Amino acid sequence: MQHEDHFPRYAPKSAVGRWFDDRLPATRMLYDSFVAYPIPRNLNYFYTFGGILMFMLATMIVTGVVLAMHYVADADGAFASVEKIMRDVNYGWLLHYVHANGASMFFLAVYIHIFRGLYYGSYKEPREILWILGVIIFLLMMATAFMGYVLPWGQMSLWGAVVITNLFSAIPLVGEAITTWLWGGFAVGDPTLNRFFSLHYLLPFMIAGVVVLHVWALHVVGQTNPTGLEVKSKQDVVPFTPHATIKDAFSLVIFLLVFAWFVFYSPNYLGHADNYQEANPMVTPAHIVPEWYLLPFYAILRAIPSKLGGVIAMFGAIAVLFLVPWLDTSKVRSANFRPLYRQFFWIFVAVCIGLGWLGAQPPEGGYVIAARILTIYYFLHFLVLLPLLGLFETPKPRPASIADAVLETTRGGSAQPAGSAAGPEGRG
Amino acid sequence: MADSTTHPITASPDAKHIEPHEAGTDVGRRDFLLIATGAFAAVGLAAAVWPFIDQMNPDASALALASIDVDISSIEPGQSITVMWRGKPVFIRNRTEAEMNEARDVPVSELRDPLARNANLDPNAPATDANRAAAEREQWLVMVGVCTHLGCVPLGQQGNFGGWFCPCHGSHYDTAGRIRQGPAPQNLDIPVLAFEGDTTLRIG
Repeated sequence: MQHEDHFPRYAPKSAVGRWFDDRLPATRMLYDSFVAYPIPRNLNYFYTFGGILMFMLATMIVTGVVLAMHYVADADGAFASVEKIMRDVNYGWLLHYVHANGASMFFLAVYIHIFRGLYYGSYKEPREILWILGVIIFLLMMATAFMGYVLPWGQMSLWGAVVITNLFSAIPLVGEAITTWLWGGFAVGDPTLNRFFSLHYLLPFMIAGVVVLHVWALHVVGQTNPTGLEVKSKQDVVPFTPHATIKDAFSLVIFLLVFAWFVFYSPNYLGHADNYQEANPMVTPAHIVPEWYLLPFYAILRAIPSKLGGVIAMFGAIAVLFLVPWLDTSKVRSANFRPLYRQFFWIFVAVCIGLGWLGAQPPEGGYVIAARILTIYYFLHFLVLLPLLGLFETPKPRPASIADAVLETTRGGSAQPAGSAAGPEGRG
Repeated sequence: MADSTTHPITASPDAKHIEPHEAGTDVGRRDFLLIATGAFAAVGLAAAVWPFIDQMNPDASALALASIDVDISSIEPGQSITVMWRGKPVFIRNRTEAEMNEARDVPVSELRDPLARNANLDPNAPATDANRAAAEREQWLVMVGVCTHLGCVPLGQQGNFGGWFCPCHGSHYDTAGRIRQGPAPQNLDIPVLAFEGDTTLRIG
């Protein structure tokens, strides 16, 4: 296993350090987790998004805590308080735009992170718990983002809240009582806004807790890598610091360039103009759309011509992710060595993007038919293709070890395994 | 329990060692105590959790907004108004003869939701036009303007059936507010109504 003593562990240098270490080995834990921790030597840039996600969570919590100092969680004052933040509060415009665009960047990073896991088979034994914790984080992120979007109390905020809370009214018998309970009234209103604010403040800290478990599980089983092979010897690994630290930092800088471009040059590009109108419970906007990161699931909801069926399909689209470690029957982890899965993976990526596009279109005519076809394919991928591919696909020969794969690439002998610098996407 | 073979309370210093299966009544008593304590703790936990759950239900001020009076004297045939009741829009429409005829001509067997969904009638009343409209004043159609799919406000006099069309997910309602096409499962709800004279309508 990876966490053998490949690199020297923490050794306190000063007497004070030793005294502290004997009483609370917190420095030791950090050192052994983020300095001496061995990582596969062939990790590419797609493996840097875990670090980026940690940075984004911290950014969202910091900007969120200070925005909460100026925000008013009241149906009569919420919209005006956000405008006050934009116009009157010192740097309020910056904090608001970083927080609003930060949500989009957070989801961009998490989708790359999830698709990386799907491509390299990161969910396979012994990483099932690691994967499931990740799906739980994803669910918590969606709940947090949804409730955060309600807080500015614009037209999209209100009507997004109406549509999503009404999903629960599809539950037979108790649906009506549940929606009334969620609202604290007979419609989305002041009590709803207040509780969403409370929960929006709470959930990120729950995410942080599950992230700790996620990293803990990762450090028990070790990271995967583009070859999908387990670490076998010291030749396969390098210490986390400086290798991963520098690579993660460089990747983060590039990521922050994109983030900053949105914040400073196009802060409303990912938002919706209707949300600059104050919430009006008497008028529904002509076209309700969620934020881009929820569109694929929204398309699935609308594709099913039945209320309960649509709700089940939408939640099922996320729930199916929990089962992926057992639905994929192939013993080979990395798609680099799975010629068929690799093609179906990219079709699946295209289907998800297609669903996202359809989620933003009006629910009529050809759009609905296309959404139905792609919804069927979405579930087909997980429930039929993943189990069958493992049985019928002939994987390509794999290198003997991670070190072998790296040496092959640098010698240029075989173009086969992904090198440390170029991911499969970079080549294709 | 570190040592389950002797009973710490009943065993006197000189009592001989008793195997659990020999002490049948004793084990039964301990099981009873365990279950009783556990049950008591579970009830206590549920009682402690309930206030935290129930606080989210509508409070006294929300429940107090029970009914409103609306002046309908200025609504001509073919016109509608929207009023707010319990935080929700309520459509009040004075229907034209053509709209009523269109709604009457649809057999109930053809409807997606055959029930009237009229709070003034029996829950099993069929969704005929007469059962959907206000009692004895068939031109008046009063409905909660909340789509039964996911709660958007439908747009009036639009859609494939000349009634209401929900722009969110494409549900079409007819001139009696009955669901005809799209994902909504039920006809638009009709609240409790009472006419006070010819000009005032009480909702709720």
